[in-house]
Amino acid sequence: MSEITQEQVTHLASLARIALTPEEIVSLTSELGSIMDHVATVTEVATPDVPATSHPIPLQNVFRDDVVGQTLTAEEALAGAPDHDGSRFRVTAILGEEQ
Amino acid sequence: MAKLMDYDRALELFEPVLGFEVHIELSTKTKMFSDAPNYFGGEPNTNITPVDLGLPGSLPVVNGQAVRYAISLGLALGCSIAPTSRFARKNYFYPDLAKNYQISQSDEPIAFAGSVEVELPNGRLFTVPIERAHMEEDAGKLTHVGGATGRIQGAEYSLVDYNRAGVPLVEIVTDIIYGAEADAPELAKAYVSTIRDIVVGLGISEARMERGNLRCDANISLRRRTPEGEPPAPLGTRTETKNVNSLRSVERAIRYEIQRQAAILDDGGTITQETRHWHEDTGQTSAGRPKSDADDYRYFPEPDLLPVVPSPELIEELRAALPEAPAIRRRRLKAEWNFTDLEFQDLTNSGLVNEVVETVAAGAAPAAARKWWTGEIARTANAQGVDATTLVTPLQVAQLVALVDAGTLTDRLARQVLEGVIAGEGTPQQVVDARGLAVVSDDGALIAAIDEALQSQPDVLAKIRDGKVQAAGAVIGAVMKAMKGQADAARVRELVLERATALPE
Repeated sequence: MSEITQEQVTHLASLARIALTPEEIVSLTSELGSIMDHVATVTEVATPDVPATSHPIPLQNVFRDDVVGQTLTAEEALAGAPDHDGSRFRVTAILGEEQ
Repeated sequence: MAKLMDYDRALELFEPVLGFEVHIELSTKTKMFSDAPNYFGGEPNTNITPVDLGLPGSLPVVNGQAVRYAISLGLALGCSIAPTSRFARKNYFYPDLAKNYQISQSDEPIAFAGSVEVELPNGRLFTVPIERAHMEEDAGKLTHVGGATGRIQGAEYSLVDYNRAGVPLVEIVTDIIYGAEADAPELAKAYVSTIRDIVVGLGISEARMERGNLRCDANISLRRRTPEGEPPAPLGTRTETKNVNSLRSVERAIRYEIQRQAAILDDGGTITQETRHWHEDTGQTSAGRPKSDADDYRYFPEPDLLPVVPSPELIEELRAALPEAPAIRRRRLKAEWNFTDLEFQDLTNSGLVNEVVETVAAGAAPAAARKWWTGEIARTANAQGVDATTLVTPLQVAQLVALVDAGTLTDRLARQVLEGVIAGEGTPQQVVDARGLAVVSDDGALIAAIDEALQSQPDVLAKIRDGKVQAAGAVIGAVMKAMKGQADAARVRELVLERATALPE
């Protein structure tokens, strides 16, 4: 059984801005543990000569030429916005700062 | 107003320890991961594609030119280029990026382990260790509305323009920098200035700090000095000062933080690990966000992008194309121009080395080129509060110097011509013609003026005839005045002495 703690789940939930009830924390702790265990079965077949990979297909160096393409208009960009001022997205007041 | 300790006293008690993160906006035509124009400005939210908005179904594709630029920069910083480097998602919740993450690089940066040689105003050479340089994307621009000051605190809502979102960035991170000592503020300025020179030399960024093309976050902590023979004290808690938008601010911010932290530590207080904001107007920093859970960015490999595996051939091609390193270039120019340490340092500090290079290339003597740029032009720029490079071109300065060399202009007249050039009246020659500023080289006109001056001051004339040559000054002054300054004083002097003996008693 993987060692996922309730503290870790609480921490992750706060990083992800997800409000969890105490019951959900308990159940998620156990579910995430099971998922971790399941994923860990991979390590049973992985030998030291198998390098870690971040992508299922062994491709690399897929680049784009530096050529300008089609852009959106401001109207198109804002079409799905819950709120805007005609040219910019409008978001609720933000506590905290720019990263 | 924070309590500050005297700077020299702070240095007696503490050793400053530095670290810098410099962000460079690359001047590619398109963004890092989308083919939107890399152009911040214009109508909000027009230089964007679905990728920049993180719309469902959109996929990022790496800009090959940005990768080449990043490799060139890495090489110029003396870094090793990673055989394989990967992009990662840096997760955070802030609407300056629409995706809720920034595509960056975490543990596999494109370039790592380099160093940059920096020359300080006092002539000291300092090697700044570079930990890494990695590729990432810039964020959009937020405007906070409501509240008293337009700042975040008290804002009712914020407006977001994503034109800048996705602009290619390279972030250069130094290792911990020890040993700067009292030069720490100057080192900070010189380091950022050197980085700017490097990226400008590579032609990969506009590198205008006031426009945010080049941004510096300055980390600083103080370490208490221990008596000789005792082990060094542990490193102090650091602060990270952001929003430093000019070379001068970098220097001032470091000096301020040294004095502020020293006062707190000496009073027995502790430094809070936090970001601090630099305020150009007051010359102070203020507390920002404390470092906390929010810095847990949950990096993971970006599944939408593939590894970057530059071939050794590409790396060597880019290495061969590197321009001369700024430190080596400075040494070469100083020798070629035969400048003293002080002269060259003045020039370097003025930031006008490239202008002098171009002025010399346009035909001017190095000493004359330096004199005009660091003298009259720099003074005028300072008085007008603008960049000297915006006033005149190196070609115009070279033309001005040529007119002086040819005897058409005296220095005094040349200053008037320069004023005309700066005022947009045309080339130096056009200003000379339009304002009628050329030196009167017609001896006839000069002699007439000299004779008149001599005859109106018979006592002076007598003194000159008695061999009191220094008396000629009064006549020369009168003649120069009569010629409205448009005469060569040395020639006038020659003629005055000649006429004093030639005139009838």
